[in-house]
Amino acid sequence: MSEIADKVKKIVVEHLGVEESKVTPDASFIDDLGADSLDTVELVMAFEEAFSVEIPEDAAEKISTVKDAIDYIEKQKAA
Amino acid sequence: MSKASLAPATGTLMHGKRGVVMGVANDRSIAWAIANACAAQGAELAFTYQGEALGKRVRPLAESVGSDIVLPCDVSDDAAIDATFAEIERIWGKIDFLVHAIGWADKQFLRGRYVDTPRDAFLTAMDISCYSFTAVAKRAAAMMNPGGSMLTLTYLGGERWMPHYNVMGVAKAALEASVRYMAADLGPDNIRVNAISAGPIMTLAANGIGDFRYILRWNQLNAPMERNVTLDDVGGSGLYFLSSLSSGVTGETHHVDCGYHIVGMKNPNAPDIAVAGAGD
Repeated sequence: MSEIADKVKKIVVEHLGVEESKVTPDASFIDDLGADSLDTVELVMAFEEAFSVEIPEDAAEKISTVKDAIDYIEKQKAA
Repeated sequence: MSKASLAPATGTLMHGKRGVVMGVANDRSIAWAIANACAAQGAELAFTYQGEALGKRVRPLAESVGSDIVLPCDVSDDAAIDATFAEIERIWGKIDFLVHAIGWADKQFLRGRYVDTPRDAFLTAMDISCYSFTAVAKRAAAMMNPGGSMLTLTYLGGERWMPHYNVMGVAKAALEASVRYMAADLGPDNIRVNAISAGPIMTLAANGIGDFRYILRWNQLNAPMERNVTLDDVGGSGLYFLSSLSSGVTGETHHVDCGYHIVGMKNPNAPDIAVAGAGD
């Protein structure tokens, strides 16, 4: 697992207070991890801060799973 | 999300004072920074929230400053405001200060042109962002000790045009005017009413404003202090307004913005930034 993936997972565990084992790549923040709509905004803000990336609103709306977040951040960091 | 780190000055400035804080959303909230600054000086706090999604965020924060008074309050409903303040009066009898950190506009209208704002969006923004302070101030004043203080939050977009701020700017202008009128109404009772106009801070609410990162970057480069304000900056100024340190100050809109409000033009030292989020 990449460093980015590790860090994303850690942020999700911390913010949503869920078991690490539940935070699989396909886990949906809302459907599987019990996030509400404010959580998803807070998570995106936390990712932006932790990775010094910008996630504009239209991109943020498409981030619904752990993998979506990792992929987006990896792409930004590679660019 | 990573915890916002607050470092308020500790002391006894607010010892024996009780206050109601309305509008904390999470630990990035400006209202939370102000509450924290007051708690660190010995204030006792009660919190109100709108809707359970916010309630579950406020409860642990309240607990962390020793507060067990956390009540729902729908500020668009007079009966709900009555019920909330009746409950606070039942528990405490009197209060010494009020923090109003509530505003709302449909995100859809916080971009593009103000002139396109429909009537219902205008009225809702005005109701929640302006009238709610008047409505809660009336209830709070009825149970406030002499020397009491009320504080609301505004933004420079209420005085000057800011891109995207639109109907919120118009509502903030009305809010600032209401501060002056209530300062006059409540002054004879030795109750003060002021507003803090904070520079941009990345809060949950700010996240809804179009191109907010660009606004942050612009302010950082062009404010006289060449930085953005922190939560502690606003917390400290909030403490000043809610404590007796500002006992002769009322009706004020006070800028806590690293001086940005005096600026007339781009700082010649600031680079041109073309896109949102340029640099960090």
